[in-house]
Amino acid sequence: MTLRDSAARLGRIGAGITVLAFLGLAAVYVRALVYTPVEANQGAAQKIFYVHVPAAWSALIAISVTGLLSILYLWLKDRRIDLAAAASAEVGVAFATIMLTTGPIWGKPIWGTWWTWDARLTSTLFLFLLFVGYLVLRGVLVDPTVRANLSAVIGVLGMILVPFIHLTVYMFRTLHPAPIVLKPSAPSLPGVMLVTLMSSLGVFTLLYIGFMMQRYALGLLREAREEEMANAS
Amino acid sequence: MGALLRGAWAIAVKDIAIEWRTKTAFASGLVFAVLVLAVLFFSRDPTAVSSQDIAPGALWVTFTFAAMLGLNRAFLLEREMHGLDGILLTPVPRSAIFWGKFAANLVFVGTIEAISVPLFVLFYDVPIWLRFPEVVLVIAMATIAFVAVGTLLSAMVVRTRYAELMLPLLLLPFLVPPLVGGVQLTARLLEGRPLSDLGGWLKLIGAFDIAFVTLSALLFQVVLEE
Repeated sequence: MTLRDSAARLGRIGAGITVLAFLGLAAVYVRALVYTPVEANQGAAQKIFYVHVPAAWSALIAISVTGLLSILYLWLKDRRIDLAAAASAEVGVAFATIMLTTGPIWGKPIWGTWWTWDARLTSTLFLFLLFVGYLVLRGVLVDPTVRANLSAVIGVLGMILVPFIHLTVYMFRTLHPAPIVLKPSAPSLPGVMLVTLMSSLGVFTLLYIGFMMQRYALGLLREAREEEMANAS
Repeated sequence: MGALLRGAWAIAVKDIAIEWRTKTAFASGLVFAVLVLAVLFFSRDPTAVSSQDIAPGALWVTFTFAAMLGLNRAFLLEREMHGLDGILLTPVPRSAIFWGKFAANLVFVGTIEAISVPLFVLFYDVPIWLRFPEVVLVIAMATIAFVAVGTLLSAMVVRTRYAELMLPLLLLPFLVPPLVGGVQLTARLLEGRPLSDLGGWLKLIGAFDIAFVTLSALLFQVVLEE
């Protein structure tokens, strides 16, 4: 089986997972809107929680994967690792966009403001901007090896930068709700809501995997195509 | 170690000598710094906000922009006539190139800052001399952070056709921790707050310096690979 065939197969599997994830997403929406009780203090606005948190989760996975693959690339120097890192970064930027748009929609009725310079908001915003920069840099570099090297450098630097920005803004001031699920004591979210959140997290993880596989397959195909063109000329 | 130091010294001296003879980047960087200081003075409502209130922010935004302008120069200089190929052919360790450029950039950015500070005091009427050694320490620590990441990134963006555009895009996120720390520390020093109020931010910038100077020096090798 050629590289091209295996890439195409990977893309098809990714597409299958994505379809499955979209069906799951529809089910999660129904569950969140119809079968999960309305939160007493926040009212209907709280429903956005079931999209916002999973999107943030997927963005975080995507960007951590890019960081880890960047380190791995610098070690092994395999171009496929670079393609996977880039695929993950692109998918991560998409999820981060969902996170950064759903956040303000919730923030306006609950906080009374669209945006606040809180630690988590600021660090995710800079993370988003940094990874847009990463993708722009990839776009303007022509040589594949140089592109892979330089993007891996940004991937590694970015991973170290995020905790620094978080700490910086934390020392500045903070307002984001404190964790209610991932915290040392038991989750303070009622069971019904927790199940909805967890299913949504699962669905968004699946979406990430599906998108990522398709994007990686596309990267492989594009590279195979470029090589064919180079050999032909 | 000896070869590394000699190589780095030679590269730093070369860069500073070029700048000394032309003074193009230096003159434009300095004029730019004065312009930013002047423009920021008007970025407030004078009846509500005094110039002292925005002074720390103005100083650090000026430093950030001036540093960015100067850092672009470090490797754009080598792009013409394939200067970098020449340096890569010379028998010096690769890391000497980083440290040489780092040192030259520190001198360059530091000089612009040293001239901007008196102008800043003049324009914004702040009692900087009350805590002058501490202010210098903060500026030095933040400048090391700016220049370390900036040297690495400017070597990267010079490989693209859009170096002037790419450097601010990639570099600014990395300048956030030293920039915010610099503003906070300067504001506290100008208000005459005690040393115990400074510890947290100083530690943050110190940790940032250690992490990013090390990382930049290590990753620089990757950037030079063909």
